[in-house]
Amino acid sequence: MSDDARIREAVLTILGGIAPEADLASLEPDAQFRRELDLDSVDFQTFVIRLSKELGVTIPERDVGQIATLAGCTRYCARILGEAAAAAPPKYHG
Amino acid sequence: MHTFVMPTLGADMEAGTLVAWRKQPGDRLVRGDTIAEVDTEKGVIDVEVFQDGILDAILVSPGSRVPVGTPLAMIRVAGEAVAAVAAAAPAVPSPPTPPAPPETGEVRPMEAVRPPPPVYAPAIDLFGRLRISPSARRLAREMGVDPRAATGTGHEGAITRADIERAALKRPAPPQATVAHELPPPAAPAPSPPADRLERMRRTIAAAMGRSKREIPHYYLSTTIDLHRASAWLDRENDRRPPDKRLLAGVVLLKAAALAIREVPELNAVWDGDRVVVRPDVHVGVAISLRPGGLVILALHDTASRSLDDLMDGLRDLTGRARSGRMKSSELSDSTITVTSLGDRGVDAVWGVIYPPQVAIVGFGRIGERPWAAEGGLFARRVVTATLAADHRVTDGHRGGLYLDAVEQLLQEPEKL
Repeated sequence: MSDDARIREAVLTILGGIAPEADLASLEPDAQFRRELDLDSVDFQTFVIRLSKELGVTIPERDVGQIATLAGCTRYCARILGEAAAAAPPKYHG
Repeated sequence: MHTFVMPTLGADMEAGTLVAWRKQPGDRLVRGDTIAEVDTEKGVIDVEVFQDGILDAILVSPGSRVPVGTPLAMIRVAGEAVAAVAAAAPAVPSPPTPPAPPETGEVRPMEAVRPPPPVYAPAIDLFGRLRISPSARRLAREMGVDPRAATGTGHEGAITRADIERAALKRPAPPQATVAHELPPPAAPAPSPPADRLERMRRTIAAAMGRSKREIPHYYLSTTIDLHRASAWLDRENDRRPPDKRLLAGVVLLKAAALAIREVPELNAVWDGDRVVVRPDVHVGVAISLRPGGLVILALHDTASRSLDDLMDGLRDLTGRARSGRMKSSELSDSTITVTSLGDRGVDAVWGVIYPPQVAIVGFGRIGERPWAAEGGLFARRVVTATLAADHRVTDGHRGGLYLDAVEQLLQEPEKL
């Protein structure tokens, strides 16, 4: 599976866990999912925690604005994963 | 012997359905243990016990829907003999007293325990609802009588069929349409499928909020608070913390709201019919919205004395369980003041409706940058509008103002929170 697909799947799984009632299939790539899925700040923080764990990257607080859409998540996480892979030895946050 | 009754899980609750017993007769109970699961419109609630003891007898079987206050179980407190059950039961006319059972802690059959009769509220109960028998309610509907116009002569002023018939003779003209509209529908058979849970929740919110607006003379205050220190402090903290240790601004506001109670303790209280009872502990009730609709107010216990980190973990846990429907009875019944933050939803300010029997609700709007004049200059600063809706029977605007002022002062020194 490509990184992009893996990231997308991880994001959708996490969102489904936080908002089980949500219709994720209709979520547009550029839609702000906090608004679309009616997530409050606690939900969004939970999302950041779970995404960090799932992908093994630490998402700094100042960057969370970049992961508010599906497309943003894919772009951001692909970049972070790429940087982590380029570093030697790779450092993952558990 | 202690009688364990169906608890009030929020101001709006009238009855609950016992779903399952989590303890069995003979089991040892420690304060805070979950003894049973009760289904309400808020979901299945873990009902906790208030004291240590041994579960002596179960009085209500799973699947039963019973009014608040109905005895559910008998709990033997430490050192008490099993025989005390008989003594605790009301006197029954004269079958010969059976020999006292041996004090071995063995389970007594349910029939041996006569629970005290449930305590019924008067014709208008605590929740502003009419106490009326189902058949009288049906008769009222058939005859087009507003049952509220009837004088209750039944048990503790409950309205009977005869009262409805008397009211029908007195009434001027039958306002039939209105009556049909205003009569609450009969209690849904339980346990209810989740589909109508939202509808039941709307009905109970309507009852509690209607009662609040009818009975509580609210007054409202607001102030806009400079948050640049608190926000900068939070940014610095969060920048060096991993995601699961980061603090939300909402938690900082919650803590400030709880600590400010020290200045005006009478806002942390319940209204008990005709007087205020100030509560010593501060358990802030956090308003948590549910999807697709409705809300619950859950107590974040000991809000004033816990660290921000601890409160953050607590808030995340509460929110998760509110949404998945796994709440504890103490969380539903212990809150002493409510905080509602609609800032996430993008509103500048929220004017709350007090959650009875509480006497105050604090609201926080969106944290946003605004032009802010200070120290002779004009700055772009992050600010929040804090509001207080309070019960005028208990406090006056002056005291309420002191409270909001205390919140503002506390937020200027975030590292001390």
